[in-house]
Amino acid sequence: MSVKQRVIRGLELGGLELFVPLVRLVAREEPGEQLRALARALGVPALALLAFLGIWSAAASRIEASIGSVPGPVAVWDAARGLVADHLAERAKQREFEERMAAAKAAAAAEGRPFRERRYAGSPTYFDQIATSLETVFAGFLLASLVAVPLGIVCGTSSTLYAAMNPLIQIMKPVSPLAWLPIVMILVSSLYTTSDPLFPKSFVSSSITVALCSLWPTLVNTAVGVASIDKDHLNVARVLKLPWKTRLRRIVVPASLPYIFTGLRLSLGVGWMVLIAAEMLSQNPGLGKFVWDMFQNGSSDTLSRILVAVFTIGLIGFALDRTMVALQRIVSHDAHA
Amino acid sequence: MTRTPDAAGPPFLELRGVAKSFGHGARRTSVLRDVDLALDEGELVAIVGFSGSGKTTLVSLIAGLLAPDAGTIRLRGAPVRGPGPDRGVVFQSYALLPWLSVLGNVQLAVDAVHADWPRGRRREHAQRYVELVGLGHAAKKRPRELSGGMRQRVAVARALAMDPAMLLLDEPLGALDALTRASLQDEIERIFRAERKTVVLVTNDVDEALRLADRIVPLRPGPGATLGPSFEVKLERPRDRAALNHDITFKKLRNEVTGYLLELASQRSGGTPGGGPPLPPLRPLDLRHVDTRRSA
Repeated sequence: MSVKQRVIRGLELGGLELFVPLVRLVAREEPGEQLRALARALGVPALALLAFLGIWSAAASRIEASIGSVPGPVAVWDAARGLVADHLAERAKQREFEERMAAAKAAAAAEGRPFRERRYAGSPTYFDQIATSLETVFAGFLLASLVAVPLGIVCGTSSTLYAAMNPLIQIMKPVSPLAWLPIVMILVSSLYTTSDPLFPKSFVSSSITVALCSLWPTLVNTAVGVASIDKDHLNVARVLKLPWKTRLRRIVVPASLPYIFTGLRLSLGVGWMVLIAAEMLSQNPGLGKFVWDMFQNGSSDTLSRILVAVFTIGLIGFALDRTMVALQRIVSHDAHA
Repeated sequence: MTRTPDAAGPPFLELRGVAKSFGHGARRTSVLRDVDLALDEGELVAIVGFSGSGKTTLVSLIAGLLAPDAGTIRLRGAPVRGPGPDRGVVFQSYALLPWLSVLGNVQLAVDAVHADWPRGRRREHAQRYVELVGLGHAAKKRPRELSGGMRQRVAVARALAMDPAMLLLDEPLGALDALTRASLQDEIERIFRAERKTVVLVTNDVDEALRLADRIVPLRPGPGATLGPSFEVKLERPRDRAALNHDITFKKLRNEVTGYLLELASQRSGGTPGGGPPLPPLRPLDLRHVDTRRSA
């Protein structure tokens, strides 16, 4: 496969077919046709985006809020740059602190004095908060998948069990994370009581809440996927007298993987959405807490910083979805993978 | 080759008084009843019938995928209880696993049936059957990358690689175009001659049955389908298609079998042949076939 074909295949896997004409254009393949395709695929969305920015900036200058004017695109861009600068400054301070600690330690060792090491106690930067949010959502998502996939497989194989689980699933599915969170927080603080916790309590509560809300799409999709396996494929397993473990590993799981991944994709989307609310209330130091802190601050750059967070949340959600689409295409054996 | 009434010992495969219905109460429909069939070892029997006459049900019963409501099915004298690798099945839909390669599909069967063999021997065995059906060059391909005829070969290779005592073929060439069908018939004849398996072939194509079978048994149309009288196919093997078309025994047999099936159809619909009744789904391989039949 040539480089061009590889790149195109990668873009298609990631659901970014939009950029395929660009690759073809660079490869000088029917430039006229590619330019037209590009104008259609990229030009129209770009124009829409520009129109949105225009309307936003025009509207923003007219609305006066209690803590100053509503920020336009330029103000938000400046706020984003400010957050990056804060991050870099914080990192520089941390490096400086660590260098001083290392020097002090070396000096103490040379003089034979005992030395108590201290860790840098700076506040988390915007990027630390993004990392925390991602860790939390993946912990919750992993927890949900570990429960939902096996349970879904069992539900898919036994229609009796599915009938038993179905009302429960239907009732639990629409419950808001805000309803779960207080229960989870109370349970976590009364049950998770070690003097030296591996994870902070806020992290555990947020992850469990994410798991509780994002469990259902995977569970339902897995059950449907397993229940709709081609009967002939199961007959093959019967003719071969495959033991149940082999049957599960070689037939049931691969056959329902496309469904499972559709479920996982929906679950991750739900999880990311739920996370922000969970973090706000449980004070898990992620994007949700960032938004909450900015809100409590009520300074002149509150709104622009929150808007930066809004766009960050959107872009990360989009990236997560694309990643899942790519995984889904890799595992889907039917259709046009 | 074929069974005579005074043959010693139990037949290789025996169905006696087999019946199967689906549904309950008023909606219960009888698909098969009073099915009696006996096969000798190494015999290839073709069951020929109309679409929807219960052919697949019959295969599923022999395979053990369905249990009969009445009657017994015995293989080498032992009653059939459930499916097993001693009866290799080629499913109508081929039932290839789309996430496995050609070799992977065959390997799955070999690994399951010969779990006690060392890995190297299992791999060789699978490889050998992939090559036997002429797919050595496509061993790494996925089923979706293959043509219908190639998929069919994989299904045959998988069934044979299980080293079954007998093979059940459920309309194995039904989904293929006429040309692929013809070439695969040649191939199947070659393979089965080499492997000497006992085979039940279910088909709706009288010509196909005549080309491959030692004996043809028509399946009378359902509901409550049962088997008709056997037609012995005493044609020399290998059966060359071109030569067969001019063979008198072949033409005579074909007229007999076709005539029998058409008469069944006209009885069922209560009309006259050629009027309203559905014609058997015969697939002439070339125009000469059509001409012969019209002039006959």
